This record gives sequence, C-alpha cells and structure tokens, in this order.
Amino acid sequence: MSVSDMFAALQGALGQDQDIREEIRKVVQALEQTAREMLTLLQGVHQGPGFQHIPKKCQKAREHFSTVRTQMESLKTKFPADQYYRFHEHWRFVLQRLVFLAAFVVYLESETLVTREAVAEILGIEADRERGFHLDIEDYLSGVLTLASELARLAVNSVTAGDYSRPLRISAFINELDSGFRLLNLKNDSLRKRYDGLKYDVKKIEEVVYDLSIRGLNKEATAGAGGEK
Amino acid sequence: GSGGFRKRKHDNFPHGQRREEKENVNPSSPLMTSFKSFQLELDSRHDKYERLVKLSRDITIESKRTIFLLHRFTSAPNGEEILNESEVKLDAVRRKIKQVAQELIGEDMYQFHRAISPGLQEYVEAVSFQYFIKTRSLISVEEINKQLIFTAEDREETTNKTSDSHEKQPHTWSLKVTPVDYLLGVADLTGELMRLCISSVGNGDIDTPFELSQFLRQIYDGFTFIGNTGPYEVSKKLYTLKQSLAKVENACYTLKVRGSEIPKHMLADVFSTKTELIDQDEGLP
Repeated sequence: MSVSDMFAALQGALGQDQDIREEIRKVVQALEQTAREMLTLLQGVHQGPGFQHIPKKCQKAREHFSTVRTQMESLKTKFPADQYYRFHEHWRFVLQRLVFLAAFVVYLESETLVTREAVAEILGIEADRERGFHLDIEDYLSGVLTLASELARLAVNSVTAGDYSRPLRISAFINELDSGFRLLNLKNDSLRKRYDGLKYDVKKIEEVVYDLSIRGLNKEATAGAGGEK
Repeated sequence: GSGGFRKRKHDNFPHGQRREEKENVNPSSPLMTSFKSFQLELDSRHDKYERLVKLSRDITIESKRTIFLLHRFTSAPNGEEILNESEVKLDAVRRKIKQVAQELIGEDMYQFHRAISPGLQEYVEAVSFQYFIKTRSLISVEEINKQLIFTAEDREETTNKTSDSHEKQPHTWSLKVTPVDYLLGVADLTGELMRLCISSVGNGDIDTPFELSQFLRQIYDGFTFIGNTGPYEVSKKLYTLKQSLAKVENACYTLKVRGSEIPKHMLADVFSTKTELIDQDEGLP
C-alpha cells in the first residue's frame, strides 16, 4: 500500500469520526435545551410561593424526563455502543446536569438521595457499563455535589419563606452526604475540585441552623412539624 | 461590625450539637453503604489507571532506546546485528503492551486511553523506524496492529497476573493503535528520519538523503491531505514536520550544488558544519 493510500484511508476514518461527533453534538444540544427548561422550572421552588407548589413542580419535571429519555434513546444510536468513553466528553456536562436535576426532584419528593440505579432509570440509561449506555460514577457524584450547593441555597430561602424546619432536615442530609464523600479517595481531578466546594455548602447550612437555633426558631419548627427530633 | 459578629458566631457555635450530628450519621445507612461501594469502584479504577501509566512509561523508555540503537545502524558495519537487537528490544516492548492489553480486558479502551497513549505513540515511532530501515517504506496501521495480537502461549506471565479474575476469558488479547496515535507516532518518526538523513551525510552516504527527502515528502503530503480533519495535536505536529522536511530538502540541495564541486571525501566536512547549525536551532536533547 502506498503512503498516499494509507493516508487516504486514515483520512476516511477521521472524517467518519467527525461525522459521528457532529451527530452527537446535535442530540446533546437538544438535551441541554430540555435540561435548561427543567432547571428554570425547578428554580421556582426558591421563591416564596414556590414552596407550596413543590409537588406540582416535581410532577412537571417528571414529565420533562420522558423527553430526556427519548433524547437519550436517540443519542445511543449515534455511535457504536462499545465506544462510550471515546465520545464521553460530549455529553459529560449535560449528563451531570441531568443527574443533578433528577436528584433534586427526588430530594424534593422524598428527601432522600437518589441512588445511581434510580437516576439511570429516570434518564432511561443503564447503571452498569456492561449493559450499554451507562451513567459513569464520576458523573453521578458530580451531579450529587451540585445538589448539595442547591440545597444550601434552598435552606436559606426556606427560612426567608418562613419554613424553619426544612433547613434542619437539609442539614442532616448534607451531613450524611459529607460523611459519604469523605469515604472516597479522590484523585486530583475535576470531581475533587467539586468536592472541595462541599464544605462551604455544609458550613452555609450549619450557619442557617445556628441562626435558627439561637432564636429558638428550630424548636418552634419541630413542634409545629410534629416533633421530628 | 459584621466581622465581630461573625467571630462571635463562630465561638458560640454549638460544637456539641455539631459533633452529635456527625455521630448521627449511621454508618450502615443506605447512603453510606452505597458510598462504600463507590469507594471500591473508584479505587480500583484509579489503581488500574496508575498501573497503565507505569506500563506506558516503560514502553516509552524502551522504545526510545530502540530508536537510539537504530540510529547506530547506518554508521556501524554490523547492520544485521543491530537489526536483530532492535527486534529483541521491540519484542520486550510488545510484552509490555501485552500486559496493557490484559489490563484492558473487558474495559472500554478509551476510558484509559490517556494513560497509554504516549507509550503507544513512542512504540509506533520505534516500530515504523525499524520498518523503514528494513524496507524503506512506511508501515501501515494494520501491520502494527497485527503484531499486537497476543495469545496465552507464554504462560509465565499470564498465570500470575490474570488467573484470579479473568480465568475464563478467551486466550487471545489484542490492542489496537488508534488512527490518531498512529499519526502522531508517524509524525515523530519524521524527526528521526531527519536525524538519520543528516548523520548519513556525515558518513559519506550520498543516496540516503535523496531517498529520505522523497519519503518525507510523501508523508508530508499525506498529512496535508488530512489537514484539520484530525484532532488538534495532529495539526500541531504538522508544523514540526514541515521544519524537518525543510532541513532534509536543504541538505539535498547542498549535496546537489556542492557535490559537483567538492571532492567526495570532503563532503562530510562541509556537512558537519551544517549539522551543527541544524542541531542548534532544533534544540533537541
């Protein structure tokens, strides 16, 4: 085979690669659009009246997830199934965003941390690499860390809205999350950087809890909520 | 002011409550259990990555040594011997690559690609350099990959490393050099060929430079054909490639012009001054 033939073949391969990336980019753009819409929708919970409508907003967000699932379905068809990590960078960001959204919805509904399997199911993908398009563990953890900072914000805003019991529950949740992350030995990568921000979220929530407790507001809240503590 | 307030706030912080809350975290709650499994998963992934980085470094070092060895080929009379020795060295490199392939059994190769890519590029460079010296042509990516299919015949290594977890895996492994790794390796090869060209003039070899300039031109044409279809790294190498080609072409030019005037035995001297100049502005080790 002559040198020019070889390079022509390589060029063909690289060209195909570019076409695949182009296709992926299109689907990812659509996914990003859906994610933005959901984010706007869920941001509503931070506003005063939003607290009363949390179940309704979750309901609506769940509807968006069915769009996500169809978009994921189409993403899966754009590249060979065994080359997930070759194109991973393209959907990494949006996938983390979607994990966060799913985790936020699940938290608002049940005040628990969504499991990796459950997120995968909500997004219409697999939790396990062997079974196809899956949710990478680092992406899952990144999404969970985004949830933590969102909850720190929620704690502040729920006090403003007069809900004094929520920060206490958020505090317990974040503390458990913090202990969980402390078990991990993270490398010096983007996940580690995100994790380094967790302590500020923990601190913020502790401050809110503190403010409530010196004013005796937490007792009132727990009494009102039926003595949870 | 607010600073004082903050400070006071800190002092008054109910440490007791805080500690109590931390203890409240139940070590066997579902959340903690799943994080324990995440810990295992991440650790094993990082360990594998580190092992691959180490293998990749070994591959790089051995390949570099092979290239140095092959540079001695032109100057030494015992050419056959050097070629054989390089073959032995490359076999050793391939054994390392086999270990890489074993590490990657059942994994998505691209997940760990960044760990092994530098080693593979260096291997491509060494193998294609040897191939060029032997056949005066460019090795294809298929040819390289053909040599990277391993079977479990030599048991001494396979038993201690893989028997524990991959017992029932098929007994051949292969590793594929990606087109991009291949291209980057070939781009590095042109630098070696440039050195080969200059040193062969020093040895009074008048034919090799012309042959090399022809060959380098073909490769350069190939790279321009790919242009910006490839990733960024490939286009970056194109610049160095152009410089190498220019040096070889200039060498040929000088040979042609001066060669007719200067007696053959003095050509080497003309070039040795030229070589110094080239080495200087290249700034290579």
